[in-house]
Amino acid sequence: MSEELFEVTVTVNGALHRAAVPARRLLSDFLRHDLRLTGTHVGCEHGVCGACTILLDGLPIRSCLTFAVSVDGAAITTVEGLAAEDGTLHPVQAAFQDCHGLQCGFCTPGMVMSACGFIADHPDADADAIREGMAGNLCRCTGYAGILAAVEQAGGTFRASGADPRERHSASTDERSGGGGAVVGLEGTGAGLGDQE
Amino acid sequence: MKPPAFAYHAPRSLEAGLDLLADLGDDAKVLAGGQSLVPMLNMRLVAPAALVDIRHLDDLDRIEVADAVVRVGARATHARLERDDEVAAALPLLREALGLVAHPVIRNRGTTVGAVVHADPASELPAVVALLDADLVLTSTAGVRRVRGADAFVGPLESALRPGELATALEFPALPPRAGTAIEELARRHGDYALAGVAVRVDVDADGHLDTARAAFFGVGGMPFVITLDGPLRGQPSDALDLTDAVGEARAALDPDDDIHATASYRRHLAGVLLERALRRAASRAAGREVGT
Repeated sequence: MSEELFEVTVTVNGALHRAAVPARRLLSDFLRHDLRLTGTHVGCEHGVCGACTILLDGLPIRSCLTFAVSVDGAAITTVEGLAAEDGTLHPVQAAFQDCHGLQCGFCTPGMVMSACGFIADHPDADADAIREGMAGNLCRCTGYAGILAAVEQAGGTFRASGADPRERHSASTDERSGGGGAVVGLEGTGAGLGDQE
Repeated sequence: MKPPAFAYHAPRSLEAGLDLLADLGDDAKVLAGGQSLVPMLNMRLVAPAALVDIRHLDDLDRIEVADAVVRVGARATHARLERDDEVAAALPLLREALGLVAHPVIRNRGTTVGAVVHADPASELPAVVALLDADLVLTSTAGVRRVRGADAFVGPLESALRPGELATALEFPALPPRAGTAIEELARRHGDYALAGVAVRVDVDADGHLDTARAAFFGVGGMPFVITLDGPLRGQPSDALDLTDAVGEARAALDPDDDIHATASYRRHLAGVLLERALRRAASRAAGREVGT
């Protein structure tokens, strides 16, 4: 059976992408397989784990519960779209590094994207609100204390800078506090693997 | 897992969409937010021949508060409805209930009308519809029909929606003065479906005594279960309620099932505890609305 293909055009991390895909192509698979942006991880494929969270027109959503055809024309941000062009980590990524907010790293792309959406929406969130806001993302290493600390730290960074946490970090305005100087990236999570042609 | 193949349609107008649904009949499912449908597709619990995506039907985005009615279009997401201050002022129960629906990220895409016609027995929103006698607006090529409150639900995961129809809106009556609402639930994990839950509405008279009281339970049967509790509660002062009889009456009327998460008797007990909490909060709100703003 050959399935009908649909042209899907989306802007991902500022770059225009086009591919012809069957209607049943999940956005998570569209990003990973068709666009080769493997930073977005796929865990449960039924919306429970949050690993596949991306920003769709600025709002965090589950990419595994969305069809690529349904978002034709949309602007998407994945974890590859956060670090500055020179590789300097986005403040949320930096905070995850500083606070040991990742262990195996599988949940991290979803955690980071949820955090970006959450901080944009709740710039003054306290620890309780952060717990509530991040409750939809699971970490099987159970490293939640570090994750929550990272979101709190990143929230403070954005309160001070006034920048939009959903946008790509710009190294020239880097006011990151704490973490070691060298940029080591998030190897093992797939972050930073994306090519941006 | 991945969804099975389906024919995909994204009509550009409501008329085109209704024509499609009329043609496809039983073979079609409507795709709005997809936060219940796509997991079921991914797990291959359903395999519709066709999906009709309403993404281009922009008119269905609307959320309106007018003439004491809160009207929620089929594409309005939980998150938008939850944030709408006008809606929260007209009908505080909506914001309170929506805050219990799954997680914020799911609410960014899931739609309120979609959740209601999905009719999960443990879901908060069908109970709110049943409690408040909201109208579910069902549109087809044959016209528009409205189904009110508990009549919107036929069985577990089954609403009154018929093949060929599109659920275009929900219309909730705004809460009048001297009425108060509350919702309570207990879930094993944050964002999970509740083991049991209840939404209540209490109306008080000018002296702050209870006039009417109604509760809609969820998670304790195949459909929202609505019970009127005027008998044991009428005339009681809203700040000193004796809820023994009301809770007893509700527990006797409920017929929950055992499942892997809880026994029927635990659910019945829990439902009563939640009812008591909800009635106290609703009663104080009803009385507060009277003297305050």
